[in-house]
Amino acid sequence: MECLDAASAGASVLLIAPTGGGKTLAGFLPSILELSRRAPGKARKTALHTLYISPLKALAVDVARNLHQPVAEMGLAIGVETRTGDTPAARRARQRTAPPDMLLTTPEQLALLLAYRDAGRLFASLKAVVVDEIHALVGSKRGDLLALGLARLAVLAPQARRVGLSATVAFPDDLARYLSPTSPARIIVGRAGAPPAITILDSSARLPWSGHSARYAYPEIYRAIQQSRIALLFVNTRSQAEMVFQELWRINEDNLPIALHHGSLAVEQRRKVEAAMTKGKLRAVVCTSTLDLGVDWGDVDLVIQIGAPKGVARLLQRIGRANHRLDESSRALLVPANRFEVLECRAALQTIAEDLLDGEPPRVGGLDVLAQHILGVACAGPFAAERLYDEVRATLPYRGLTRDDFDRVLDYVATGGYALRRYERYRRLRQTPEKLWRIAHPGVARQYRLNVGTIVESPMLKVKYRRGRVLGEVEESFLEQLVPGDTFVFAGEVLRFEGIRDVFAEVSPSDDTEPKIPAYGGGKFPLSTFLAEGVRRLLAKPEEYGRLPPQVAEWLRIQRWRSVLPRADQLLIETFPRGGKQYMVAYPFEGRLAHQTLGMLLTRRLDRAGFRPLGFVASEYALAIWSLREATGMDALFAEDMLGDDLDAWLAETPLLKRTFRNVAVIAGLIERRHPGEEKSGRQVTFSSDLIYDVLREHQPDHVLLKATWADAATGLLDIRRVGDMLKRVKGHILHRRLDRVSPLAVPVMLEIGREPIHGEADDTLLAEAADRLIDEATRLV
Amino acid sequence: MLVNGARLVGDISGALWWPERRTLVMADLHLEKGSAYASAGTALLPPYDTRTTLGRIEALFRRYEPKTAICLGDSFHDGKAGSRMPDDDRQRLKRLIAATEWIWIAGNHDPAPPRGLEARTTGELHLGPLRFRHVPEGRDPGEIAGHLHPKAAVRVRGRRLVHRCFVTDGIRLVMPAFGAYAGGLCVLDEAFGSLFRRNFHAWMLGERQVLPVQAARLEPI
Repeated sequence: MECLDAASAGASVLLIAPTGGGKTLAGFLPSILELSRRAPGKARKTALHTLYISPLKALAVDVARNLHQPVAEMGLAIGVETRTGDTPAARRARQRTAPPDMLLTTPEQLALLLAYRDAGRLFASLKAVVVDEIHALVGSKRGDLLALGLARLAVLAPQARRVGLSATVAFPDDLARYLSPTSPARIIVGRAGAPPAITILDSSARLPWSGHSARYAYPEIYRAIQQSRIALLFVNTRSQAEMVFQELWRINEDNLPIALHHGSLAVEQRRKVEAAMTKGKLRAVVCTSTLDLGVDWGDVDLVIQIGAPKGVARLLQRIGRANHRLDESSRALLVPANRFEVLECRAALQTIAEDLLDGEPPRVGGLDVLAQHILGVACAGPFAAERLYDEVRATLPYRGLTRDDFDRVLDYVATGGYALRRYERYRRLRQTPEKLWRIAHPGVARQYRLNVGTIVESPMLKVKYRRGRVLGEVEESFLEQLVPGDTFVFAGEVLRFEGIRDVFAEVSPSDDTEPKIPAYGGGKFPLSTFLAEGVRRLLAKPEEYGRLPPQVAEWLRIQRWRSVLPRADQLLIETFPRGGKQYMVAYPFEGRLAHQTLGMLLTRRLDRAGFRPLGFVASEYALAIWSLREATGMDALFAEDMLGDDLDAWLAETPLLKRTFRNVAVIAGLIERRHPGEEKSGRQVTFSSDLIYDVLREHQPDHVLLKATWADAATGLLDIRRVGDMLKRVKGHILHRRLDRVSPLAVPVMLEIGREPIHGEADDTLLAEAADRLIDEATRLV
Repeated sequence: MLVNGARLVGDISGALWWPERRTLVMADLHLEKGSAYASAGTALLPPYDTRTTLGRIEALFRRYEPKTAICLGDSFHDGKAGSRMPDDDRQRLKRLIAATEWIWIAGNHDPAPPRGLEARTTGELHLGPLRFRHVPEGRDPGEIAGHLHPKAAVRVRGRRLVHRCFVTDGIRLVMPAFGAYAGGLCVLDEAFGSLFRRNFHAWMLGERQVLPVQAARLEPI
């Protein structure tokens, strides 16, 4: 009702409500009312009234279906259509000349529509913009793209009010400003549902020290499935999903219909699972974040989270998938896979009980996305740099954008930047005599349309049987690690890898029981900063250990007796000898990515100081480094200046940045996703982006795309920001314990050695192991 | 490395150094490959490949001070490479040619050197026990050839390492491509099988060292 009041006043609103609050319909209600009050008349000229934007294609389609029904029942003449990548070209063209009253689409399609010359005419009539699941968009590059698109809309259709729909978030004010930067949207908080009933699995089995399989709990998980109508089992990675699925079927004595759903599976396969679920034909689905958002998939009454939740907001979103009724509690069961994960689950429950939420503050907009947007604006028509700069800076992600950075991005779009100026193909903009920027030739607009969007898939290959069906897709980088004959689990089956033919990875069925589990990534979430703090606080409170499972409490007590448990503001570092080597284990609780970066930097330092480091391994919670000599001088070792020269020197060598650069280069249009009529394979993209990266580093180190790469790496792959925050936090609070042997707290990360790839060893060291020293004698015999 | 009695050194850059004759050998420079692709509009490579390659040759010249330099064919990516080469690069290459006894071996991409960059050009060169030609034929012993751009892969403790390499069985040798943008062919490919005895070695170009790995340890790429 509040929503309607605001709408009639033409004001923008941000509607925050838990899933199942019927908020999507609430967002449309004012529009339906307005449209139904229109004077009836056949000769009415068609004009776009409401634009709906959703992060998921499937959600847009589902919402359209849900709208058709009431509109038809009320006998209203309101046109509702979707527009996604799947919409036929003819209909898409027609939608521009004769638009429906309501158009349901995605951020990418909005960008495309805005880049047409007739965009102004299309949006002139617009009265409302509805952005669904806005919380899922803001923290990403898609969110940057949408913010820029909304800024464009504010110019083309200043009269349109905005409606944002969001789940509960930690930063509602920022969301409101994101939605409507000029006049922040009014925030309406929906009625909170009954608090969720969450339990942590209290297993009678022995809790593992490390690992992520939660294998110990499968019988208990199976029992929980037996006792529920439909259970959703969330795991954090696709390989975990495969494994859990396999293991559950192994013990599935009742032959319960249990299905599998993750992003690598063929679309038809996924749709089949979704349809079966909606019809209530399934008892359980093992899934990854593919089912986190949006659409209702049936009568789910139990959500099981296997492995640590990693973040409270995500956990709540997943739990919300159970029971979409406000008055009943959602039921959820958390299944920690190891002892540290018990602490993480506990910390999550504590946070939920205190009604707190984690969530990253809004991100700074990517320069690569800005480059794409500038090109899009030019495709729609000539523009003045000053006006566009002001427009861009009005958005939340780009409010801090300097004129200098804007000009450099503009220069990049216009010429490629000076290192690439020699290439005709990068001259995409030119200036009119009136100093307006316009596209150099019509081909630029065509290329733009083919490359729009911010989602850069890692190069994927289709997995198929030798003479048979396609099972799904797997990262090329994973397949490159396989040799014909290797086995892996995929799509719920154990497969034998036969080789790569064209764009397919060919496989055959295998009887292997011990497959090489796919290591393909996908959905590895880092532990949220907020939750990490919760774990540290929990460790520092021995009086609360009684609430933990006895095995875990015992573990921590022995740690206190054998070593020490750090205070919440301290960083504990233990050193001890073992097997002729010196180990150093640190417990920053900052997530695997940050620990890996820290490990790389620390080994460099140790090497320089003559401690002869040999390697390291990083887990979500800790970092273990081993060396020939015992490391000393922890305060100096963990000093903040680590992020200066050491970081620069490492970055110059690491191939990790190249991966980040590839994404940036695709988004910024430096490398094309595909040429008209031909799809460029991932391998080609990687090939040329690596080369361009090297060239830019050497010849134009201040190129705007390198700057964008650095910004991405700092928050993403390398998590440098978090390493920096941690080093600052622990300064003067380092607690170093020298022990004569491994401590209980160190055991989990020590067990990872051998399972996880060891870092810090140079290619040459390994190569030397493979080389044979007798080669000279051998050849001399010839 | 010992090939048909000649002691050779594989340089980390992919060049071959023959100390006894103070001779430096480089295969498949593919100069101006970047600009070739750019003008064809197919792939997208930055225009600095020639510069990078020349810089590497200059570094080798400083290090070894060779009397003779042999380019084993496919030195230029195509017939028009000479006209596309920027003037400063051209001058640098001219200086290199003037500094030594420079020999172009003709390749399939470049039967003759571009105008202005002429030097002694031949299809095949005999020097002591060695025969230099572009495409390996697998007949005469002492053959030093390029053309195939060999690469090898080996797995060590779960990590897979893929590098360019020299391939030799002590009788003949195929060199890795020297050029900045040259791709590669797996040494386990049939193209190599007919050339070498079964127990050949791949001398893999690591980060700082060139290390020999037995054929039996290699994996297909």
